[in-house]
Amino acid sequence: MNLHEHQAKTLLRDYGLPIPQGGVAATPEEGAALAQVLGGERWAVKAQIHAGQRKQAGGIRFAESREAVSAAAGDLLGRTLVTGQTGRAGLLVKEVYVERAVEVEQEIYVAALVDRRAGRVTLVASPSGGEDVEASLAREEGLLRLAPEAGLTPSPAHFEALAGDLGLSGELAAQAAKLFDGLWRAFIETDASLIELNPLAVTRNGELAVLDVKMVLDDNALFRHPKLEALRDEEEADPQEREANRFEMNYVKLDGDIGLMVSGAGLCLATIDLIKKRGGEPANFMDIRPVASSAQIAEGMRILLRSPQVKVILVVAMGGGILRCDAIAEGVGEAFRSAERSLPIVFRGAGTAKEVGEMTLRNQGVPAAIVDDLGEAVDEALRLAQTPAKTGAA
Amino acid sequence: MAILVDRDTRVIFQGLTGATATRMAERAIASGTQVVGGVTPGKGGGRHLNLPVFDSVAEAAAETRPNASAVFVPPAAAASAMIEAIEAEVPLVVCVTERVPVLDMVRVRDALRGGKTRLIGPNSYGIITPEACRIGVMPDRPHTPGCIGIASRSATLAYEVVAQTTRFRLGQSTSVGIGGDPVHGLGFVDCLELFLDDSKTRGVVLIGEIGGPEEQDAAAFLSQRKPDKPVVAYVAGLHAPPERRMGHAGTVDLLGQGDARDKIRALEQAGVILVESANLIGHAMRQALEGQS
Repeated sequence: MNLHEHQAKTLLRDYGLPIPQGGVAATPEEGAALAQVLGGERWAVKAQIHAGQRKQAGGIRFAESREAVSAAAGDLLGRTLVTGQTGRAGLLVKEVYVERAVEVEQEIYVAALVDRRAGRVTLVASPSGGEDVEASLAREEGLLRLAPEAGLTPSPAHFEALAGDLGLSGELAAQAAKLFDGLWRAFIETDASLIELNPLAVTRNGELAVLDVKMVLDDNALFRHPKLEALRDEEEADPQEREANRFEMNYVKLDGDIGLMVSGAGLCLATIDLIKKRGGEPANFMDIRPVASSAQIAEGMRILLRSPQVKVILVVAMGGGILRCDAIAEGVGEAFRSAERSLPIVFRGAGTAKEVGEMTLRNQGVPAAIVDDLGEAVDEALRLAQTPAKTGAA
Repeated sequence: MAILVDRDTRVIFQGLTGATATRMAERAIASGTQVVGGVTPGKGGGRHLNLPVFDSVAEAAAETRPNASAVFVPPAAAASAMIEAIEAEVPLVVCVTERVPVLDMVRVRDALRGGKTRLIGPNSYGIITPEACRIGVMPDRPHTPGCIGIASRSATLAYEVVAQTTRFRLGQSTSVGIGGDPVHGLGFVDCLELFLDDSKTRGVVLIGEIGGPEEQDAAAFLSQRKPDKPVVAYVAGLHAPPERRMGHAGTVDLLGQGDARDKIRALEQAGVILVESANLIGHAMRQALEGQS
């Protein structure tokens, strides 16, 4: 789960991280009022969306008067911001964060994350942070690391050493070591997947200031953090994605016309690869989790049947030890029986209860082309997607 | 031979009395797996599926001498269950549980260090040596005893490969689900080491996907090892939407290269036979084996 910048900053302030005073505004007037309360002469006005690269996309403005804060907020609020990480559709700015701007001497990069290879919590840092750090991160160049030998907690000496490696000394190094300790505790106590401070500024006054935060929480651990779960911004996820998630489906909306329902995430990725390779465009990623019931599968199928962009539905069912083909067929049948529109459908079953599943589809009157081979199933779906639709009541 | 599990493997089920565990234990017993007991805290002293049930892994280990434990425990308690089995020095622990918190897995990995236990999973379909031993949630059909070793991050894609290798009359030596979670037990490199040393395995299939450094590590290992058996690989997610690979997966790209193209390139350079689509794996393996003989 992604947190907004202002949510992350509020959380991290409690762990003693040096975060400039700021607040959230939903209108230009609120923005101007905030600037007055915060004081100072220069403010940053920042769009609150769940995506990075906001600065390059014009989502971060600086203002030197309350009127300018109001104008910047007015310009950002209600705007759909497209950054390198939002996708083509972009994200709607509903709130801005206004904070006192600081004079920056140096930009440092610091992140806490889990190193998958080592299976350990790790701090990664670079003395040159800022906007363009991502390229060097991908190449793993010039990165400093701190991962204690065992256990979840490094010692103060570890943190001091990392501060020294970053080229900090004296009071700044002591501040940094304290910051790393707070960052580490925040990461563990919130079950985070990523807390990225970029940039962490060294100010002209010789102090540290966390200017931007990206914080992602582990969805698997939210059951033990009800207060953090409550921070979820439901409105930012696609409505179909929200609905699918309620029914034990992992769903991601895509731009094409072939609606997909597949048992298994890897198999669904593989089906998408096949469709794209043969020149087609999937309308979605949909992975039925093994714990899904037929009723939940029917709900998933209804999402596809209702989606105007979908011209043909491809079901790839691989019956396993828990989720069988007949349970999938039951769900598909239930959705088709009660649907307002019918769509051409290709069903490719394999594994446990394949034959029973196919029979279930026929008995329920689902107009499915039943195909054995995955490649042929994809070809058939592509052919049907190109044929003018023959739609009617199911 | 096969790897890790065979007819002599004695299995206990942690969480045996749960609904899924019961069904999967019944299926294991029906297919000839030696299931010797179960653990459900609070139900010790009872019997379930005509097997003794214990309160703790330590008691079950003392009484039934298992060499493998299947963990069918809900996410909140799964890590503690794995650690209990590790502390009881059960040689192989297989966890099928989905959605275990990542920091819990960091604790489990700490518990594994320096110990005698190998872990498979979590979020894994388990491990099967056909007609000898099955620990997990996979279907029995269409597994057949044979010569192909499978290691997969995805369950249903592995079943596809099982179906294909069965259709091409190759069968499987052992199929291992390394699991879909970022922090887990056995990886591709561990499986490759075991399969390359296994006399029954004539070829190995790796099924990877976007995210993490697992495939690159396998490539580095194979470049060194220069195996005398064909290795066929498929990496799923070449066409996954890029905006989804950013964001959260940016974490992944930070320390391990998550991109499918990087993985495919690394594996190809290591001499692995890459297939473009999942439905071509069995065919590619048969061709590779025919080319050898």
